[in-house]
Amino acid sequence: MIRLRDIAKVYPMGNRELEVLRGVNLHVKQGEMVAIMGPSGSGKTTMLNLIGCLDVPTSGSYYLENREVSCLSRGELAQVRANKIGFIFQSYNLLPQLSALANVELGMKYAGGIDSEKAMTALARVGLSGRANHKPSELSGGEQQRVSIARALVKNPPLILADEPTGNLDSHTSEEIMAMLTTLHNEQNNTLVMITHEADIAHYCQHIIHFKDGQIEWEEAV
Amino acid sequence: MKKWLEPLANAWQGARTHKLRSSLTILGIVIGVAAVIALMSIGRGVQAGILSNIESLGSNLITITPAMSYERGGVMGASSVATLTLEDAAAISEQVSRVIAVAPYSSSNQQLVYGSENVNAQIIGVTPEYQAAYNLETAEGAFISEYNYDSGAKVTVIGASVAEELFSGVDPVGQKVRMGTSIITVMGVLESKGSSMMGSTDDAVLIPLSTLQQTFSQQRTSTGEHIVSTIAITVSEQGQADYVVGEVTDLLRSRHRLASGEDDDFSIRSMEELVSTITEISGTLTLFLGAIAAISLLVGGIGVMNIMLVSVVERTREIGIRKALGARERDIWSQFLTESALLSFTGGLIGVAVGWGASKIISGVGIMGSEMTTVVSADIVILALAVSVGIGLLFGFLPARRAAQLNPIEALRYE
Repeated sequence: MIRLRDIAKVYPMGNRELEVLRGVNLHVKQGEMVAIMGPSGSGKTTMLNLIGCLDVPTSGSYYLENREVSCLSRGELAQVRANKIGFIFQSYNLLPQLSALANVELGMKYAGGIDSEKAMTALARVGLSGRANHKPSELSGGEQQRVSIARALVKNPPLILADEPTGNLDSHTSEEIMAMLTTLHNEQNNTLVMITHEADIAHYCQHIIHFKDGQIEWEEAV
Repeated sequence: MKKWLEPLANAWQGARTHKLRSSLTILGIVIGVAAVIALMSIGRGVQAGILSNIESLGSNLITITPAMSYERGGVMGASSVATLTLEDAAAISEQVSRVIAVAPYSSSNQQLVYGSENVNAQIIGVTPEYQAAYNLETAEGAFISEYNYDSGAKVTVIGASVAEELFSGVDPVGQKVRMGTSIITVMGVLESKGSSMMGSTDDAVLIPLSTLQQTFSQQRTSTGEHIVSTIAITVSEQGQADYVVGEVTDLLRSRHRLASGEDDDFSIRSMEELVSTITEISGTLTLFLGAIAAISLLVGGIGVMNIMLVSVVERTREIGIRKALGARERDIWSQFLTESALLSFTGGLIGVAVGWGASKIISGVGIMGSEMTTVVSADIVILALAVSVGIGLLFGFLPARRAAQLNPIEALRYE
C-alpha cells in the first residue's frame, strides 16, 4: 500500500537547512492500522504530510498503491488526495459556517461530486444522523471529531490518515472514537495511519512505528 | 441542488457570513453603477430631447441659403450675396421629384404695435407651403392661404408668445396691429411648440411673402427675379434627402449659370445631416459622462479586491482544509472568483435599480430649474451589469490567485 524509500525532507531555515526527515524506509501493507509515535519535533507530522500528498520529499521515492507519487505535480497530488486519502485532524478542521451534513458532503465535493444520501449514511454510521443540521459550534468535541471521521470515510478512500485524532478529547471520548475508528476500519478494510502520543491509543493498532530525530527508531508489530 | 447552482450557493453563503463587510463592498459597486446609469440616462435624455425638437420641426427638411462669400485669404465675409429667388423655388417645385413642399421666404425686422404694447419682431414673408414645411398647426384662426398670398393680403399669423406679449387677455384673431407703416389683421395664432435650438416658432410673425415684398422690400435680381432669403424643402420620405440635395444642386447651378469649376453660390443643409451630427456629438457627450461615472465604478472594484484579499487571509484555514480534501487550484480559483463576481453582480443589480430611480427623480425635478428628460435604455443596463461582473472577475483575480497558491500545510497550521 505504502512504500517509502530513503525519504529525506529538508526545510531551508534562513542560511541553514533543517533536516526534518533523514532516510526513512517504510512499508505499510493494505488494510493495516498503523500508529506513528515519537517526541515532538521528531518528524512525525512531516511524515504524515508526505504520506498524505500535502508535501513532496526533498529526495527519495514514495509509492502509493504501486504508483510513484513523489514526482507528481501539485494538480496531480490534489487528485490523489481527493480520490485516495481521507484526513482526520486533531482540531477536527470542520468549516464553522457549514452544517454537519454539509461538512461531510465537502469530503465528496472534490472526489466526483456530492451525494447527500451517502453523506447521511456516513453520518448515521458515526451515530450523528440526528444532528445533521447542526453547526460545528453546536456540537461537542467528540461529536465534531465523529463528523470529521464521517467526512474522511464518506468517499471510502483506500487510505485514512489521522493526526492525533484524540489529542483534544478526554479519555472516555477518546476510547469511543478509537472504538469507532477500529470498527469502521474493519468494515471498510482500508489502511489507517495515525499519529498519537498515547500508548494506549497506539495499542489499537497492529503496527507501531517510533520516530526519533527524523528517523525510524524502531518498529513493532503487535 | 442543480450542479451549476452549487458554486453560486456556496459563494452566497460566503458573502452572508460577513453581512456588514459584504454590504459595504456591494455599496461601492452600487454607487458606481448607479452613477453610470443616471449620468448616461441624462446624456441619452438630452439627445432624445434635441432629436424630438428637430423631429417637430420636420426631420425631412432641407434648407437652401445663399452661400457665404469668402474673401481672399479665407476670411469669411459678413454678408452673403442674395442669389436665391422665388423663381428658383418654383423651378424646384416643378422639376425635382420626391419633394412635398417648397417654401421660399424672406424676412424683415419691424416693430409691431397694438394699443400701448409693442414688440420688435422678425417678420417672415412666407408662402402657404411654409405650414407644411415646418409642421405648423394653428391654435386659433387659420394659416395664410393661397388666396391671401395671391392677393397680397395684409394679414398675419403670429406665434404663441408674440400673442401673449401683445394681446394679454384679448383674443388676438381679428385684431389689427400696426407693422411699420401698415395696418395688418391677425388671422391666426400658432400652436406653441416650445423652444428648440433651431429657434422658436413661438416668436414668429408670419405674413404673405407677396405682402412683405410689396410693403417693405422689393428686391429683384438683375434679371428681374424676386429675391428670397431662404428656400425650405420638405422631402417626401426619410432617406431621400441626399437624392433631393443632389437634384436641387444641379438645378440651381444650371439656373444660376455656374461654370463647372465654380463654387456653388448657395448652400444646402438637410436636417438628416444635422441629425446625424447631433447624434454623434451627444453620443460623445453621453460616453464622456459615462466615463466619469465609470471612475467611481473602478474605485468600487478596488474595494471588492480589498475585501477579497482580507477574505482570503481570514479563510486561510478553510482553504487549507479544502486542499487537504482534494481541491485543486482551479477549484479554489473558481470559488473566490464566483464570490467576487456574485458580490459585484449583486451590487450591479441594486445599482441599476438605484440609478433608475435617480434618473426618474431627475426627470421629475429637473436640474437647476430646467426640465430634463432621462432615458434608461436596455443596452446601458445590460452593459452596466456586464461591466460589474467583469469588475468582480478582474479585481477578484489577484485574491483568488493568492488563495489558490497557498501551501496547504501552512494554510492548515494558520490560526
